[in-house]
Amino acid sequence: MELTFAWTAVILMVITSAGLLFVRDWRWNIILLAIQYLGMFVLTLQHWPIGMASVKVVAGWMSAAILGMTRSGLSEDASAEESLGPRGRLFHLFAAATVVLIIAVVTPAVDTIMADAGFPVTNGGLLLIGMGLLHLGITARILQVAIGLMTVLSGFEILYSAVEGSVLVAALLAVINLGLALVGAYLLIAANAQKTESL
Amino acid sequence: MNAPTLWIIFPIGLGVLLLFINNQRFLSLVGGSIAVILAAIAQFVPIEVALRVGSLSLRLDSGITILGRSLVIPPTEGSLLALIYGAAALWFFGAEASRTATRLVPLGFMIIALMVASIAVQPFLYAALFIEMAILLAIPMLTSIYRPPGRGVVRFLIYQTLAMPFILLAGWLLAGVEASPGDLALTAQSAAMLGMGFAFLLAIFPLYSWIPLLIEENSPYLVGFLLWILPTITIIFGAGFLDRYSWLRSSPQLILALRYVGLLMVVTGGAFAAFQRHLGRIMAYGSIAETGFSLLALSVDLRLGIPILFLLIPARALGLAVWSLSLTIIKENVETMRFGEARGILRVTPLAGAGMIVATLSAGAFPLLAGFPSRLALWEGLSRESVGAALWMAVGIAGLLTSAFRSLAVISMADEYTAWTPRESFTQMTMLGLGMIGLFLLGLFPQAVHFFLANLPLMFEQLGR
Repeated sequence: MELTFAWTAVILMVITSAGLLFVRDWRWNIILLAIQYLGMFVLTLQHWPIGMASVKVVAGWMSAAILGMTRSGLSEDASAEESLGPRGRLFHLFAAATVVLIIAVVTPAVDTIMADAGFPVTNGGLLLIGMGLLHLGITARILQVAIGLMTVLSGFEILYSAVEGSVLVAALLAVINLGLALVGAYLLIAANAQKTESL
Repeated sequence: MNAPTLWIIFPIGLGVLLLFINNQRFLSLVGGSIAVILAAIAQFVPIEVALRVGSLSLRLDSGITILGRSLVIPPTEGSLLALIYGAAALWFFGAEASRTATRLVPLGFMIIALMVASIAVQPFLYAALFIEMAILLAIPMLTSIYRPPGRGVVRFLIYQTLAMPFILLAGWLLAGVEASPGDLALTAQSAAMLGMGFAFLLAIFPLYSWIPLLIEENSPYLVGFLLWILPTITIIFGAGFLDRYSWLRSSPQLILALRYVGLLMVVTGGAFAAFQRHLGRIMAYGSIAETGFSLLALSVDLRLGIPILFLLIPARALGLAVWSLSLTIIKENVETMRFGEARGILRVTPLAGAGMIVATLSAGAFPLLAGFPSRLALWEGLSRESVGAALWMAVGIAGLLTSAFRSLAVISMADEYTAWTPRESFTQMTMLGLGMIGLFLLGLFPQAVHFFLANLPLMFEQLGR
């Protein structure tokens, strides 16, 4: 039963992380990020008690809320979403598929290194790291960069939960997640400042 | 009372309070004075020793426990704290002259406290978490909410954040290597993870593209502060790995890797600096070369390398402070810091121009300046182990010196009969004058800092013994 839940979470994360690459509407990006944190919670539960694992999802949702609230306060015109053309979508699809394929291949080897964390945990963690890095590699927009970094960190936190159960580390990682969201929000406002002035 | 409260928690609280103050002079004076007091306490009040003051008995405990883990500042780290807070005082006093005190002093206190926490946390590999928090605080320090952030800031955030997972995972893998030292695959994996983590943190070639961008886009003084504190503490944190793991320390491959990476940084930093046509980018590449010198110090016989590593710290702090303050003042008087725009600027900002040249020469190991004694010792140590490596180091130094002479030519190249119209304020002239005197004093009397540096190698249990 636990394993089924874990694999369901992995499938959910494939959908959310790929969705973050394709979807350009910021509302959907925030929703997908929040769902991604839910999947992360399920995978973290494999090694951590529910109390500690819920720190991850609460911090994640708070971070998503910070980014969402900041973005909602900015004008639509001032930071118009760039749309992906059909070629762009095809490229993103191909890149995401390549990442998924590579992750599927390396999961058994990494799982052995990660003290047999469990295939779903290793796979989910690596998937988020890979997709997050891909995200960082193909965008320079502040919101996307913040989401990309948060995705990479989520993947790392899933893997790290299998080997480290310290309360201090959990607390500091939660602070870093929130800090990243706050920095993202700060940069979003700053990036928008000049455009708003000129409107 | 305990040491972490005094040197970590108090500065963070103070930084938060100072965020609400908007007066440049007040912030600069208060911040600098408090940093001096913290440095003096670190140097003169022993940790874990009861002191009798009249009928009172005071004792500064070394540790504090937070959420099951400890922050420990052992008595041997007192001199390091004195050096860090002493250098911080220098930056804070100069903040008024650069008109950056409102951002530098409050956030600077918090960043320094978090970097100190990264050295103090037990287990020590959690340091990466504190360094990441310091990086996050650096973003509002670098950028204004009223101006769009440049590519440099975004790249800085990405590269430095990516370091944290690598270091944390490397720390966990290293514990495994300790348990089974014969496992070569695990050893290679942990070394690779560690290497990647430090490559991101220290901005090792080719991951340093954010440094020149950052200086072009932001106040050179703020960037200079980060280029001082981040690599300095990171190098000490990295040396902590060498101290703790004997297999790392005794690995000839790691020593060679450190040497090659250090040389790569020195040579590319020097060569790129020589060919730049932007005064800010020259400082960026100069600081890259400085990091290279620190890595080289870790690659020579550590009984010699560790004292050299600590000797590099004050020269780097003072050199970068003078260099970045000079550039900030020059930037106020020109549209951009490109050679074309900065031509003849010496007649408008004579002391800033002189400060920039002296600091560049110091970075390039020019005799009688602060950078000379440490680089000379390093060069000598390196030449004993590899003449080829010493020659490559000379190439890097030649590049830095070339950049200094090119800059001098550009800023002094004014049209004939152009009048001298200095526009520097009294504070700016005072700070630059004191800074330049300091650079000469450190070069002429390097033994003056021996008082601070003599006990620093004791913070390591194995290195340099």
